[in-house]
Amino acid sequence: MSILIDGTTKVIVQGITGRMAQFHTKEMIDYGTSVVGGVVPGKGGETVHGVPVFNTVKEAVAATGAEASLVFVPPPFAADSIMEAADGGIRYCVCITDGIPAQDMIQVKRYMLRYPRERRMVLTGPNCAGTISPGKAMLGIMPGHIYLKGHVGVVGRSGTLGYETAQQLKDLGIGVSTSVGIGGDPINGSSFRDILERFEEDPDTHVVCMIGEIGGPQEAEAAAYIQSTMTKPVVAYIAGLTAPKGRTMGHAGAIISAFGESASEKVEILSAAGVTVAENPSVIGATIARALAA
Amino acid sequence: MDIHEYQAKDLLRGFGVGVPDGALAYSPEQAAYRARELGGERWIVKAQIHAGGRGKAGGVTLCASDHEIADAAAAMFGRRLVTHQTGPEGKGVYRVYVEVAVPFEREIYLGFVLDRTTQRVMIVASSQGGMEIEEISAKSPESIVRSTVEPAVGLREFQAREIAFALGIPGGLTQQMVRTLQGCYRAFRDLDATMVEINPLVITHDNRILALDAKMTFDTNALFRHPQIAELRDKSQEDPRESMAADRGLSYIGLKGNIGCIVNGAGLAMATMDTIKLAGGEPANFLDIGGGATPERVAKAFRLVTSDKNVQAILVNIFAGINRCDWVADGVVQALKAEPLDMPVVVRLAGTNVEEGLKILARSGLPIIRATSLMEAAERAVTAWKNDQSQNTQVRVAV
Repeated sequence: MSILIDGTTKVIVQGITGRMAQFHTKEMIDYGTSVVGGVVPGKGGETVHGVPVFNTVKEAVAATGAEASLVFVPPPFAADSIMEAADGGIRYCVCITDGIPAQDMIQVKRYMLRYPRERRMVLTGPNCAGTISPGKAMLGIMPGHIYLKGHVGVVGRSGTLGYETAQQLKDLGIGVSTSVGIGGDPINGSSFRDILERFEEDPDTHVVCMIGEIGGPQEAEAAAYIQSTMTKPVVAYIAGLTAPKGRTMGHAGAIISAFGESASEKVEILSAAGVTVAENPSVIGATIARALAA
Repeated sequence: MDIHEYQAKDLLRGFGVGVPDGALAYSPEQAAYRARELGGERWIVKAQIHAGGRGKAGGVTLCASDHEIADAAAAMFGRRLVTHQTGPEGKGVYRVYVEVAVPFEREIYLGFVLDRTTQRVMIVASSQGGMEIEEISAKSPESIVRSTVEPAVGLREFQAREIAFALGIPGGLTQQMVRTLQGCYRAFRDLDATMVEINPLVITHDNRILALDAKMTFDTNALFRHPQIAELRDKSQEDPRESMAADRGLSYIGLKGNIGCIVNGAGLAMATMDTIKLAGGEPANFLDIGGGATPERVAKAFRLVTSDKNVQAILVNIFAGINRCDWVADGVVQALKAEPLDMPVVVRLAGTNVEEGLKILARSGLPIIRATSLMEAAERAVTAWKNDQSQNTQVRVAV
C-alpha cells in the first residue's frame, strides 16, 4: 500500500500543453503513471504524448474516469483550475504552480468546503514538487529514479530537501512508501498533520520523516498530533536555523512572524513531542535508518 | 512588498477610512510650504521609511511653525534612520510627510493579518493602542480582540460591531468604527494585502475616528493584477543587492557572514546556510537560483554573490533533479572562466549525472574544491576560507 496514489490511480494534467507540463507528463508516463488525459480550455480534441486533451475537467473525468489531477496552470489562473478539479469529481489534486496569490488560496480552501467530507477533494501544494509512491506512480516534477520502494513515509515543504532525503535513503538502500510535498506557500491544501494521519493508517509505512522549515504553525500542530496519537516513529529536520526574523526565505511561507515559528523553536517543540530531530541535513538518512532499526 | 505610510493612508482613505490631512514633501522648503497649504496650528513631520519605531529614532517631530517644520525636515532628509526594525545600517529618508496634528482622547491598535492556522484574514485589535502588538500581548493580553473573516461574505456588520463594543468604543461612534473596520478589510481584500496595521487608530476630541499611522504590506504574488500598487515600490528602501536579484528573477537575501551560497531550491538553500553555521562559518546570503540552473543563471548568481564585498569564499550546492549535474558543472566552469575569482570555491553536486558533473569540474583545471555530502561541502568551504584568510594575512605581513 501507499497513500494518496498507487499504480491504479488515473491521472489528468491540467494545463498539459505548456512546455513544462509536456516535459513532466512524459516523465510521469515513462515512470509508469497512468496518465489518461489533459485539460486545456479551447484545446479539446488535441493529443499530447498520445493522451487526449479535453476542454473541461468534467469532460475529462466523464471520458476517462480520472481520479487525480496535476495542476500546471500559471499563477493567475491556477486557483480557478483547482476549484474546477474540486467541482469536476477529482478526488486528489496536486498543484505544482508557484506564485498563487494568498487570497486566491483562501478562496480555494473555502470553496472546497462546499462538498461533504466523503466527496471533498484532497489537495496538496501549491508550490510543491508533487507526490510519488515509488514503483507505482508519480504525480509531480521530482526525479523518479532517486526513490527506492520501501517503508519510509516522507512529507515536506521543500522539493529539493525532499530529493536530498530520498537520495540519502537510496544511498543507504532504504526505500520510501510515499513522498508528499505539501509546498512552501503560507496557505496550502494539506498540512503536515493531514499527511501524518494518512501515514499513521498506512500499513506499508513504518517510519515517517517530516521535513519542515521556518514560518507558520503547521510543524507545531503536527507535534501535538504526534504526541497525542501517533504510534509510528517520526524523524524530522527543520531548515532555517540561520534565517533572520521577518524575511521571506524564497518560499512565500518561509517567514518567521510569530512566536514558535523559528527553526530552533520548532526543533524544541518537536523534540518535546518525542520526535527525533536530525541536527543537520546530511544526516537525515542516517537518522531514519536508526529509527527503522529500533 | 512594503509601502510608505503616506501611500497606505492614501489607499485607505479611498476605502472610507478617516485619516488626518497631510501632504508629502521632498525638501524642507516644500515641507514648510505644504504645511501652510494644509492650514492648522501644529503639524507632525514624519520621515517616510519602510520600518516602524520611527518615533524613538527621531523620525517624528511635532512642530508649531514654518521654521520648526523646515528644521525638523532638514534634520531628517538624507539621514539613515536606525530603528529596531531596520537593522544597524538603517533606512534612508528621502521623503517626509507633513500632517496636521490632531488632539485625541484614546489610542486603539488595529491589525489585519493573514492567519495561517484558520487560513483566513484575521482582525487583531486592542484598546491599548500606541504600543507595538508584541508589547501589548506581553503587557495586557486580555485587551486583545480577535475575529476571523468568512471569505465568502466578507466582514459582516455584526462582527465589526462586536469588535467596536469589545474595544469600548462610545455608542455614538459605533457606526464610524464599523465603517473603518469594513474599509480596512475591503482594502486588504481588494488590493491583495498581507497586512494592514493602524497603530494608533484614535478617537479625536471632536469625535472622529482617524488612522494616525498606517502600514500596509502586499502579496508580491498578486502584483500582476494591481499595477497601481506595483508602482508604489520604493527601491531606496531595499537592499540594493536584493533589488538587483529580484529584478533578475533570483531569490536573494543578504546576511552578515562571508561564505557566499549558490543553491537550487529554497529549503535546500536554508539547509545549506544552517550547515555552514554548524561547520563553524557564517553564511553571507540566502540564494535560490531555482530549478533550471542554466549556465547563464549560474553566472548571474556568481556575479550577485560576489558583489557583496564581505564574501571571501563560495559554496555551490546543487541537487540536480530535473536538470543534470553535467549541465550545472558546465555552467560553473563557464562562469569561473569568464570571470575568475580570487577566493576558494567549493562545489557539491548531487542527483542526476553526478559523476559526469564531477569529471567536468576536474577536467576544467580550475581550483574548484569538490564535495559529495552537504556537511562535507560546508566543512571544506569553512576550512578553505580559514586557510585563505591566514595566507592573505601572511602575504600582507610579508609585504
